[in-house]
Amino acid sequence: MEKQIAIELKNICKYFPGKVVANKNVNLTLYKGEILSLLGENGSGKTTLMNMISGIYFPDEGQIFINGEEAVIRSPKDAYNYKIGMIHQHFKLVDVFSAAENIVLGVKEAGRFSKKKIAMRVREIAERYGFDIDPKKRIHEMSVSEKQTVEIIKVLYRGADILILDEPTAVLTPQEIEKLFAVLRKMREDGKSIIIITHKLNEVMEISDRVSILRKGEYIGTVETSKTNPKQLTEMMVGKKTDLKIERVKTDFEKPLLEIRDIVIDKDDGSRAIDDVSFYIRGGEILGVAGVAGCGQKELCEAIAGLRPIKSGLVMHKGENIIGLPPKKIIEKGVSMSFIPEDRLGMGLAPSFSITDNMIIKNYGEGKGPFVNRKAARAHAKALIEKLEIVTPSTETPVRRLSGGNVQKVLVGREIEAGPNVIITAYPVRGLDINSSYLIYDILNDQKKKGTGILFIGEDLDVMLALCDKIMVICHGKNMGVVHAEKTTKEELGLMMTGALDLTEEKKDKNFGIAKDSNLTEEEWQEMEEETNNENHGKESKGNE
Amino acid sequence: MNNNVKSVREPLFHISKRGDVSLKRQILTRVIAVAAGLILGSIVCTIAYGSSPFDFLYYLVEGNFKPFDNFWEMIKKTALLLMIGLALIPAFKMKYWNLGGNGQILMGGLITIICMINLGDTVPDGVVWMIMLLAAMLVGAIWAVIPALFKAFFKTNETLFTLMMNYIAVGLVAYAIKKIGGKESTGTIGVVQSGQLPELGHSVVLILIFAIIITLFITFYIKSSKHGYEVSLVGDSENTARYGGINVKKTIIRTLILSGAICGIVGFLLAGSINHTIVTEETMANSGFTAFTAIIVVWIAHNNPLATIGVSFGVIFINNGMMRVQSSLSITEKTVPDMIIGIMYLIIIACEFFITFRIKFNKKKNETIKTVEEVK
Repeated sequence: MEKQIAIELKNICKYFPGKVVANKNVNLTLYKGEILSLLGENGSGKTTLMNMISGIYFPDEGQIFINGEEAVIRSPKDAYNYKIGMIHQHFKLVDVFSAAENIVLGVKEAGRFSKKKIAMRVREIAERYGFDIDPKKRIHEMSVSEKQTVEIIKVLYRGADILILDEPTAVLTPQEIEKLFAVLRKMREDGKSIIIITHKLNEVMEISDRVSILRKGEYIGTVETSKTNPKQLTEMMVGKKTDLKIERVKTDFEKPLLEIRDIVIDKDDGSRAIDDVSFYIRGGEILGVAGVAGCGQKELCEAIAGLRPIKSGLVMHKGENIIGLPPKKIIEKGVSMSFIPEDRLGMGLAPSFSITDNMIIKNYGEGKGPFVNRKAARAHAKALIEKLEIVTPSTETPVRRLSGGNVQKVLVGREIEAGPNVIITAYPVRGLDINSSYLIYDILNDQKKKGTGILFIGEDLDVMLALCDKIMVICHGKNMGVVHAEKTTKEELGLMMTGALDLTEEKKDKNFGIAKDSNLTEEEWQEMEEETNNENHGKESKGNE
Repeated sequence: MNNNVKSVREPLFHISKRGDVSLKRQILTRVIAVAAGLILGSIVCTIAYGSSPFDFLYYLVEGNFKPFDNFWEMIKKTALLLMIGLALIPAFKMKYWNLGGNGQILMGGLITIICMINLGDTVPDGVVWMIMLLAAMLVGAIWAVIPALFKAFFKTNETLFTLMMNYIAVGLVAYAIKKIGGKESTGTIGVVQSGQLPELGHSVVLILIFAIIITLFITFYIKSSKHGYEVSLVGDSENTARYGGINVKKTIIRTLILSGAICGIVGFLLAGSINHTIVTEETMANSGFTAFTAIIVVWIAHNNPLATIGVSFGVIFINNGMMRVQSSLSITEKTVPDMIIGIMYLIIIACEFFITFRIKFNKKKNETIKTVEEVK
């Protein structure tokens, strides 16, 4: 069978400031009607390469051929003219517009602007590939997977034959991923060419026809999926043999360190984020929290760290109430929180600060005198760079210049080095490559061995099943139950995440999230609860006066 | 390789960001920009007035040195502009846009004059001076902290608020002048003789002492102190600052007290040592600049206290020199000189673009380059 070439890249090079080579002599071929996976560690230049095809960057050297002709792509508009569309990791949609409005945004069409006609075409595309979409629904009312659907249709509406998806599965549930893959297969049958970037090897094996691998900006090679295995792919990606098993360290569980009862937290807009959730973390235990994006994980993290008010409920650290304490006091008690937001820099790091200065965000005030001790901070930064293999020109480089994975290492590394007794970590490996991810898992396991209690908010269920001792599932702010990682399955978790399965309803007698060997007796809990309720009442009545 | 090149449209150039730029290169780029600004200024002047281009440059320099008093004048103005700039730096570092420098200075000056009039003759000089200084710092700080409190507690926009505080200050000063002048007020206060600050040999000395102290203080405050660290962190990422346990409200309020107090000191020096009176129209009627000039200065200096010294000097140098150019070439209107000053500023600001970015012209064809390499 003669395969036609859709895109061919020849010797593409792209350099970034500070002598950073993002891409060097990359050759890549995409055939018509195939799904190609692009695999590589963080900072290996996958996204940069794709951005050059979709017109966001311009290559410093090399050529791009589309359908056999040399093409110059200077802008996303040029890319559309070549029928190339990219679905970015961070959606580029207007929140207050409807799906249809977002889809036609920027398209110049002959004739009158007709909403009916647009809706019809959108439906036509949706039906053809099996999408589920309401063209009139506004973006801000949509779930992550719906937003992604809009992005894909937007690209198809513009007539794209070549689709690039940058980590599309990172924010989806297993069920949603299945759906997405079904759609992608239909597109392939329809003759579309698809490049998909993902870190998850099982997905690569499942969906793609061929896999191209980049390492440190250089093109390593392309293999046919049917003739390879995850082990070989990892080797090509990392450059050496690695063990792919995540270890679940056995420890003796200690008494509960952090106990949370009936906690209620609001979002910024006043809607409920976490609704009456109870759980506890023991020393030497990793408790996973699973849930679709935006189910209240962020608010939960912030509330425990003292950055967000708690409406009601109790947070007890070693038997002491920590609600209402300022963040500094909670840090001093040894509760560490590291939340890796989508943009990685939102909370925990100061983007234009150097690595050195970022080391001391929580303890710059230590030591006598009015001056900051940068000498110690620099030594600390140096040690961390070596230990975690952070790629940076120096300790004085602003963290925003580092690649995403390295930024994360700085944050997670700093938090763990501080020697906390409770670690709350959300998405610590978000978008990290295999090597770095395993490094983080190792660090967490080391902490676990030391008796630290860990709350691990993750997105990759495979990882959570292998790493965590127990997994709590949250759906729309409600606790769907806590399961033993060894005894559950991905399917069960997926059902709980979408709210289809509620173990707290099914097994009412189990008292999910309440420790039998609590630091406090039930009477003391009740007393505490009454006390805080009274306080809250007092506050409210004061506010009313 | 490929013969099908007719459809290829290479862009003429593209812009890419530079990484770490060495200090040498930064300084060189800026020196070239200043030189280019001067040359362009002289060309415009030549076209407009038909003078020799060298005349322009000559008068520009001469205006700052001849007679020698002009030199001291230049140093004095530079020091004043520098101090206002330094007052703004902590606020700007925090991304708090304090546009109320004028009002803070004016209020500091007003309280200084009031102290001079009321206490000048009754209390020993040394005591009056201390009271004047402290009162000016206090009032300047109050004027700055009012919008800061609203920002910290109600998240009001500080740009408009601080700007409006300027007008209130002007109104207050006008009212005070009328009160002091009594019924037959002409709308001005004459020179206040009592309570004037000491000359110490030359009027520039006292100003310089304050400028040096404040420069050292702000430099260390911003670069090495814990407070300075907090200020930068709040400016860079408020969420991270909160996360790190910093009390953001406290930091905003404390920083603006500092900023306002330094502006108050400038008002104290202007009223007590230089003008010995106060006027409403323009904060520094005799100085030729305002706190708004200081905003530009700090912006060009990237909030760096030491760079602020150089930029303040440059701004005053050009302004003073242009006055001489104007008088020597008998230029009566103000438009063209203003234009020339504007051009020079613009080029200096524009050079920052070339420090951050690189313009890369695309090679005609990769093949030709390769052949050259092959020949080698």
